[in-house]
Amino acid sequence: MERDTHFVLGVYEDEDVLMNAVKQVRTSGVKIHEVYSPYPVHGLEHALGYKRSRLPIAAFLFGMLGTSLALTMQFYMMKFDWPMIIGGKDFAAFPDFIPVSFEMTVLLAAFGMVGVFMVSSNLKPWAQPRIFDLRITDDKHVMAIDLAVNSGMGEEKIKEILASSGATEVNNKSFDE
Amino acid sequence: MAHEVQNFNLDQKFDFTAGIKKSIMTVLLIGAALLVVGIVLAMMGGGHAEEGAEAGGHAFHWYQRLFANIWINNVYFTGIAIVGVFFFAIQYAAQAGWSAPITRVMLAFGNWLPIAAILMIASFFVMGHDLFHWWHAELFDKASSEYDAIIDGKGAFFYWPMEKGTFPVFYIARMIIFFGFWVFFFTKFKKIAAAEDQLGGTSHWFKMRSWSAYFLVFFAVSSSISAWDWVMSIDTHWFSTLFGWYVFSSWFVAGLSAITLTVIFLKGKGYLEMVNENHVHDLGKFVFGFSIFWTYLWFSQFLLIYYANIPEESVYFIERLKSDVYGGFIFVNIGMNFVLPFLVLMTRDAKRHGIFLKLVCTLLIVGHWVDFFLMVQPGTLGHNGGIGFMEIGTFLVYGSAVALVVLGGLAKGNLIPKNHPMLEESYHHHI
Repeated sequence: MERDTHFVLGVYEDEDVLMNAVKQVRTSGVKIHEVYSPYPVHGLEHALGYKRSRLPIAAFLFGMLGTSLALTMQFYMMKFDWPMIIGGKDFAAFPDFIPVSFEMTVLLAAFGMVGVFMVSSNLKPWAQPRIFDLRITDDKHVMAIDLAVNSGMGEEKIKEILASSGATEVNNKSFDE
Repeated sequence: MAHEVQNFNLDQKFDFTAGIKKSIMTVLLIGAALLVVGIVLAMMGGGHAEEGAEAGGHAFHWYQRLFANIWINNVYFTGIAIVGVFFFAIQYAAQAGWSAPITRVMLAFGNWLPIAAILMIASFFVMGHDLFHWWHAELFDKASSEYDAIIDGKGAFFYWPMEKGTFPVFYIARMIIFFGFWVFFFTKFKKIAAAEDQLGGTSHWFKMRSWSAYFLVFFAVSSSISAWDWVMSIDTHWFSTLFGWYVFSSWFVAGLSAITLTVIFLKGKGYLEMVNENHVHDLGKFVFGFSIFWTYLWFSQFLLIYYANIPEESVYFIERLKSDVYGGFIFVNIGMNFVLPFLVLMTRDAKRHGIFLKLVCTLLIVGHWVDFFLMVQPGTLGHNGGIGFMEIGTFLVYGSAVALVVLGGLAKGNLIPKNHPMLEESYHHHI
């Protein structure tokens, strides 16, 4: 499924330099594939121009699913499947159903959100993650640029832009899975 | 170090112009007119005077409805005022940075407290007999046919150390102590704030944090007990163990809405330039979150009583849900205070834009008045109550009086705590 891909990597030492570099590289017209850093850098997602996550929408929909499943289940059980008199109430006593519906809403919203997040971030157990540079787990920030996406611009030009933006190293990296 | 917040006018003061005063006075006069109409209607027998055999066996008088109204608004607006001080203290105790420029708005609500104290204590002496069932001496007289063993058991809570049925010393002492300490803490905060504006430095912030912590401890106890005293004791037989929290949450949501509305109003007038949509977003989250918190408590109280179905507990909801007067208002209450705020404020954009917040906060301020209306009127008026000219009028009169006092207090001091050590942090607040 995956073809051979060639990347240029800019390695940065400092998060402030990285933040400026991201802005600089983007204004020069190069499309950034991804930036990897050992810890969350505040404001990086804004600098990269990422859109707001749509995860809350997934959470809302899964929550609604939880509410409707819980209400359907309780109405079916209490009214049709096995009606029981509890405390002299109606078979379908709506206030009694609220706590269970609330819990099911929270449960499915949480599970759904985690599931959607894992799928959208490609966090399946058998996924082979691309390690661009082992030092991103230690002390280096790495900006990866996909050469195929930036085919209009020469490899040398991109390397020049990265170096001038403050990268301490500029490397090549290819994957051939 | 460059402080970007210095680019703003930090010495700004709120100018309480004649125009704003005039519009508030107009609302006050409309309220007064409605109140007069309501009183005249009630005197001419608008109430169902012939059905008047209420708890205690008294005939119904028109002024009882006025008394109940005054009591609702006394309790409700005292709550909004003290929540302003409470939220202010929370900011300092939690060492919050984001809220620094709007802390003075919160504190200004405390200006209503001294007036609320006088109103509450005076109206208790005038109206206590008509509002509180436990005021009747014969309930504690074993020889009387009216003797009530349950109320007799609770009597010491009102009358100690005097004999039950004579003069409620303990109750009045609590009222005076609570208001006394609330006003004391409020003036203390105001003094430290004024000293900070003049002298600067971080020592005032530390002082404020300590006093905030003391206040929060006192408020934790006093808010609960005042809810039992002023609201729950109306239904003297009945009790609910989470009632203190329930009343507090109602106060808190109303107070937060009032603070948010005032901030948006001030921003609209061109003040508080460094308060941007990130701060408004946080206020919106508070309003959203605590309206759900109120619902949680309301529903917890309801569900347990409904489920257990013990007569002495469920009578509270039977008086309300089965009543021809109040039955519908239970659902109005839930709709205004939970369903609409929940749906409208759910998205991020709604919490960041003034128009939705204005709408929801106004709705919540009216909605929580309805909540207090439902707590007070069924126990005091029975089916002689309801929402009419008198209710709307009293609410408008009290509301505009509070607005006059609070904005007048706000205009006296600096609008922004210009020497607050976290002002710069607040300016960079970003969510």
